[in-house]
Amino acid sequence: MNRFAFLLDRLSYEPRRNAKIRLMADYFRETPDPERGWALAALTGALSFRHAKPGMIRGLIMERTDPELFAMSYDYVGDLAETVALMWPGETRANRAPPLSEIVEGLHATAKLDLPKRLAAWLDALDETGRWALLKLITGSLRIGASARLAKTAVAALGESHKPDDVELVWPGLVPPYEDLFAWMEGRGERPFADDPAPFRPPMLAHPLEDADFRSFDPQAFVAEWKWDGIRVQASAGKDADGRHVARLWSRSGEDVSGAFPDLVEALTFDGAIDGELLILRDGRVQTFNVLQQRLNRKAVTPKLTAEFPAHIRAYDLLFEGGEDLRELPFSERRKRLEAFVAREANPRVDLSQIVSFEDWDGLAAARLDPASAGAGEDAAAVEGLMVKRHDSPYVVGRPKGLWFKWKHDPMTVDAVLMYAQRGHGKRSSFYSDYTFGVWTEDDEGEKLTPVGKAYFGFTDEELVELDRFVRKNTINRFGPVREVAHEREIGLVLEIAFEGIARSARHKSGVAMRFPRVARIRWDKPPHEADRLESLERLIEERENA
Amino acid sequence: MRPPVSRPAKPHLSFRMRPEDLLCPTPRGLFCPPADAYIDPMRPVERAFVTHGHADHARPGNDAVMATPETLAIMAARYGEDFCRTRQSAPYGKTTDVNGVKVSFHPAGHVLGAAQIRLEWKGFRAVISGDYKRAYDPTAADFEVVPCDLFITEATFGLPVFRHPPAEGEIAKLLDSVDLFPERAHLVGAYSLGKAQRLMKLLRMAGWEKPIHLHGAMVRVTETYQALGIDLGETVRVEPKERAKLGGAIVLCPPSALRELWARKFPDPVAVAASGWMRVRARARQKGVELPLVVSDHSDWDELRRTILDTGAEEIWVTHGEEDALVHWCGTSGLKARPLRLVGYGDEGEADETPLEEAAEA
Ligand SMILES: [Zn+2]
Ligand SMILES: [Zn+2]
Repeated sequence: MNRFAFLLDRLSYEPRRNAKIRLMADYFRETPDPERGWALAALTGALSFRHAKPGMIRGLIMERTDPELFAMSYDYVGDLAETVALMWPGETRANRAPPLSEIVEGLHATAKLDLPKRLAAWLDALDETGRWALLKLITGSLRIGASARLAKTAVAALGESHKPDDVELVWPGLVPPYEDLFAWMEGRGERPFADDPAPFRPPMLAHPLEDADFRSFDPQAFVAEWKWDGIRVQASAGKDADGRHVARLWSRSGEDVSGAFPDLVEALTFDGAIDGELLILRDGRVQTFNVLQQRLNRKAVTPKLTAEFPAHIRAYDLLFEGGEDLRELPFSERRKRLEAFVAREANPRVDLSQIVSFEDWDGLAAARLDPASAGAGEDAAAVEGLMVKRHDSPYVVGRPKGLWFKWKHDPMTVDAVLMYAQRGHGKRSSFYSDYTFGVWTEDDEGEKLTPVGKAYFGFTDEELVELDRFVRKNTINRFGPVREVAHEREIGLVLEIAFEGIARSARHKSGVAMRFPRVARIRWDKPPHEADRLESLERLIEERENA
Repeated sequence: MRPPVSRPAKPHLSFRMRPEDLLCPTPRGLFCPPADAYIDPMRPVERAFVTHGHADHARPGNDAVMATPETLAIMAARYGEDFCRTRQSAPYGKTTDVNGVKVSFHPAGHVLGAAQIRLEWKGFRAVISGDYKRAYDPTAADFEVVPCDLFITEATFGLPVFRHPPAEGEIAKLLDSVDLFPERAHLVGAYSLGKAQRLMKLLRMAGWEKPIHLHGAMVRVTETYQALGIDLGETVRVEPKERAKLGGAIVLCPPSALRELWARKFPDPVAVAASGWMRVRARARQKGVELPLVVSDHSDWDELRRTILDTGAEEIWVTHGEEDALVHWCGTSGLKARPLRLVGYGDEGEADETPLEEAAEA
């Protein structure tokens, strides 16, 4: 486990894709079966641990440390598993650290009541990195920035001539600890038989486009379509060896999200692979992301939910048709095939992404500013911007240069006052990085700030340090992980908040909800009383509604 | 749990001395009224006792400075020979009488020349630790326990989450990475006074025989170490145009340089940082570090507590860092303790890592 923990630790800091692959391949090469197979299962999310509740872990540490010192440490570190891993009194080391396979088996075999004792024994026997990895794994909160796809790529790197797609194709038929897969990769065994009729193919991504960027490009070489504000997905379907139809819905990063959208998956009766946007449509009208968000927020997918929030795919591209790989074809060819495919299938859950015609870049800029009159009509509120693609672009994995661009709306901005701050997650867990901000309004008691949203990105790492320091120095109240920050007429911090959309909301006290709010600038120069008022946000909503 | 420390009788103590009569915190730093001297003053004063050469403790412009010979040499190298008007050398263990106050300097184990300052007046003994550590460091004299009545400690890493592992293991991590990525340059961000030289020495002891490459800001202080008799093997200043050829090399630089354009000219650089802060993942990731090494010049939680008990002091003052937790622990251990909340020392402990003059020298 310590060796695996060391790998997780290195992966969690390593930003480079190739270096991550090398670290993992190095681990797989040096680690024997079945240990490496359990590790691969953990890396690909194929392990479901009996999840230990944070309360249990808190209980274990409370028995071993001074509660005040624990509270101060937790406040500093900001992450429970890490705090416990670091504070755990590790004086009594066992002679050997438990291997991952022992932990996996132990977790399955241990009754809930015995789990704390068992866990404590493992924690005693591990070093702090081992403790961290174990606690992260069993609380189901391990985020190391390596996708399942990357782990499979590292497995493929073990062999001389294997490609990641080879692993991907046999993957659905395999079970941990994958001894047959490693044997195949190392040339010691046959290819495991398990062709996936509905595999994931890594998607092609676009570069953001700045206004000035593309004025030098020839508009005739490009085609534009709306960038819909939903979830980019890949719908993959086909027949398995027994002739059964299999369909899956994949996220952009290769996660199987079929379980969340059974209504849609059921409708994927074709044989092929579509790249598209998952949207909620009601009576043929595209709903905004807020509506999709409401469906995503529900844990249980009930018939009532799927009826109320019917999921659809708006197709951007066709990657496979039958067994035929279309990805090498130019976009214009694939588009013709896609149009014919969608027309033939006549699937009520799948429609075609509309092409936005334009003569020159100014014309396209006008369409971007006013999607409603450029063809998006009543659906304009769900348009996030434009996708601009070269006619001749093949479907290339990753983010190739010069082929696809995304051209988003200009954001709106508001000056708001920082009111509350909360610790962030991941690499920000020891910083106050989630900010609730408010604008001025007036009620019976006079002028006051009302919270209108939360922002947790948009600032640089340096700015985060300054914001964190400001929060710590200006805390006037603490509620668990939340700090209330001084916010008076003269004392407080003004944040310029940029956002993509704004709507009325009954759920928010202020009555407004912003989309993608983020800190555009920190207005150290501005006193809080000069921040914006709620009325100006309401005016923005009215303008949007009347537009 | 306190070890038995025999407490000497205090025959000349005819009235009850208050620790504040000997030392009091002021905006300029800790002041000793009977000696008319400041310890590690934040602003220029007439008489300064300086614990060690780090920029937040040793500042130029004082009239008279008393410090160890090594610290005086380091200050002269950093600030120029005219960093003060008169210098008074205080080798470890030598006692000097200043207006009736017995002043002596004792090894703090922090960096070369770093000292705890012991003041004795009317039978009352105070020790100002400065920054200190007790972990192994081949480039600094070993920390010495100095029994006292009042112990003034730092608390940079004064939380139970801070436990520094043996530095040798962290060095092994660096060398493993060099093995796995032999074509990449490993840039190690480390504070240029003390930390960098300790790493160099530990690398040598781990068998690294190739030259160690140095960012310009590291060169002068490294030469001072070498002149004071610390053998660090072959060290080479990085020439800008040579950077692209340094695949496989270990390069030491100030932590701030890791994120500058300077760092990007190396072959696929690995950003390494050696600091006690690297123990907390969020701190390491926030600094964009890819290989964090937990190597610190400061005491960890266990060392702080052990040292407080070892001194036998009845009263503890905490100067800077995570003072609340340490003061709380003192309370639960039956010791009288107070936080001084001195500002200016290692702003939250991190100024030590990015001193001003490094930016200027870079
Ligand atoms: Zn220092
Ligand atoms: Zn310091």
